[in-house]
Amino acid sequence: MSLSIKDDEIDIVIGALRPDLTSFMNEWRTIFSRFHLIIVKDPDLKEELKIPEGFNLDVYKKPDIDRVVGTSTSTIFSGYSCRYFGYLVSRKKYIISVDDDCYPAKDNKGILVDAVAQHITNLTTPATPFFFNTLYDPFTEGADFVRGYPFSLRSGVQCALSCGLWLNLADYDAPTQALKPEERNSRYVDAVLTVPARTLMPISGINIAFNREVIGPALLPSLRLGGEGKFRWETMEDIWSGMCVKVVCDHLGLGVKTGMPYVWRNDRGDAIASLRKEWEGVKLMEEVVPFFQSVRLSREATTTEDCVAEVANVVKEQLGSKDPMFARAAKAMLDWVKLWKSVGSST
Amino acid sequence: MNEPATAIEAAVAASPLHQLKDELDIVIPTIRNLDFLEMWRPFLQPYHLIIVQDGDPSKAIKVPNGFDYELYNRNDINRILGPKASCISFKDSACRCFGYMVSKKKYIFTIDDDCFVAKDPSGKAINALEQHIKNLLSPSTPFFFNTLYDPFAEGADFVRGYPFSLREGVSTAVSHGLWLNIPDYDAPTQLVKPLERNTRFVDAVLTIPKGTLFPMCGMNLAFDRQLIGPAMYFGLMGEGQPIGRYDDMWAGWCIKVICDHLGLGVKTGLPYIYHSKASNPFVNLRKEYKGIYWQEDIIPFFQQVVLPKDCTTVQKCYIELAKQVKEKLGKIDPYFDKLADAMVTWIQAWDGLNPTSASFSNGKTG
Repeated sequence: MSLSIKDDEIDIVIGALRPDLTSFMNEWRTIFSRFHLIIVKDPDLKEELKIPEGFNLDVYKKPDIDRVVGTSTSTIFSGYSCRYFGYLVSRKKYIISVDDDCYPAKDNKGILVDAVAQHITNLTTPATPFFFNTLYDPFTEGADFVRGYPFSLRSGVQCALSCGLWLNLADYDAPTQALKPEERNSRYVDAVLTVPARTLMPISGINIAFNREVIGPALLPSLRLGGEGKFRWETMEDIWSGMCVKVVCDHLGLGVKTGMPYVWRNDRGDAIASLRKEWEGVKLMEEVVPFFQSVRLSREATTTEDCVAEVANVVKEQLGSKDPMFARAAKAMLDWVKLWKSVGSST
Repeated sequence: MNEPATAIEAAVAASPLHQLKDELDIVIPTIRNLDFLEMWRPFLQPYHLIIVQDGDPSKAIKVPNGFDYELYNRNDINRILGPKASCISFKDSACRCFGYMVSKKKYIFTIDDDCFVAKDPSGKAINALEQHIKNLLSPSTPFFFNTLYDPFAEGADFVRGYPFSLREGVSTAVSHGLWLNIPDYDAPTQLVKPLERNTRFVDAVLTIPKGTLFPMCGMNLAFDRQLIGPAMYFGLMGEGQPIGRYDDMWAGWCIKVICDHLGLGVKTGLPYIYHSKASNPFVNLRKEYKGIYWQEDIIPFFQQVVLPKDCTTVQKCYIELAKQVKEKLGKIDPYFDKLADAMVTWIQAWDGLNPTSASFSNGKTG
């Protein structure tokens, strides 16, 4: 069912938060080497990047980022947000992005998971957000729509975002991981499903892919915790961005899928040490979730840029006064739309 | 200790004592025989069965020895309900909902007589009822989607970004299981793919989000009768009716709307059973074809239903739903008028057999 796409329609964007990418790149070599890669070095990282030979790639470091967006703007790309610079400068249709501490996983049969191929399959087969299919993805081999699924909804809608999962170190918050220090995710769930329309979820940036042409501007660096750090436990930027993306997709009638592919996420960091920093993020979600659940975009918002701008304005109006972090996020979102229009759009 | 002779014996040896055996009834509609229960014996024998015999009441249905059961045929249904028996379908497995009505237990597990014990990928026999019980006894999370599926499962939890205030979850009213081998396809799909078998074991349970409808299959289903029982009416199907194979679908749309309104959860996923019999697709097509057209109107109806705030019990919600069915779907076909009336009759019959406590009986006029 999936369209055949050429390898040159795909960019793999990696945010480098650690300097030595040798084992990361070597582990992914058989899967990544066909594609063009964009590696963006965290501007705060001092050491030189070590990247093995044999890849078709472009590397962007702080001077490059400064040159493209200006030194005052380049601060938005610090830490995990460095990958957004890669999204900005890419000119490909599909982007796949994994964190630099993730390796290819093995499925239940011990076979290496080609995360790129699975993400592309997800993005190039329809999503079905308006009615839940109990056999999960109806377009996958050996499955279909079940009895009772309305026929008019079976052609589905375009899938804009594919959210993958993680074996070993799951994407838990610091309190959860600190409470269960030994817990590792060993459950391989052989499914992809569409997240229903108007249903929100925490979209993790660790293993994600999207159709840049359709939804590019909505993945954005904007919410930055006061104590944001270099471990995922110390960030909420992707969760915030993901809420925006889902609201925009729901409004524009685009689909979001979740499930496979899995990546193997390596142990890194100390949840207890991160606890102090992430409390801020944990508290924030109590406001953020009800807020996004209530956002309704206007009929006039027909492009992704317009939608993002509208969300930004609602954030400013309704959340801006509650915490300066939200006011800053709203401004960052509006700046991003401008940046996308000037730098991000293909000319 | 000797090697267990079968995978089922191994699973029984490993599983905990039978939970809820005095609080759960197993409802089985049948027209043929109950031989399939032999395979289920180790898992199901401790539980009480309610057999609803469809079709010819003079036929004797043999129940395997050792099971504790009550059996109702059409004569019994007519005798017990009198004129209200008109709401119970004849010559269709929809008649099973009579079993829900006469039960006195808190939980119901219903299963079709062509559903057998499945094996998980490791070869272990699946105790479907045990999984349903786990699903019903642990909370649901309908307000925000957890990307790692059931956060209460062993080895899982809520992911980063999941608000702590939503982590307690809500009570689970329904547990919807799935099927390996013959999948639950409609007639057109069966005709196009007669050989397709479901071999994909998806190791997950998830809560169906609030505001999302789904096709509920009655082949492998469990629910909390006290939380949602009165809404589990399986409609008017079979003999004398223009439609079949939409009984569980209808119930599924009704219960989901009501669960969403009352803040109850619906789960889907594990457990799997092994569905052995593929029904005749041409027969199915004749039964379903009106439903295939009608569901194009029925679905938007359910998606837009708003239940008033004063509908605080399942019965009140259901009566209100019946009213709206009559108003909005009645114009599609007179069948919906009849169905709306039958929905009201069902509630009257339910309340008649299940008199509620004094505090509710005053408010029953709804």
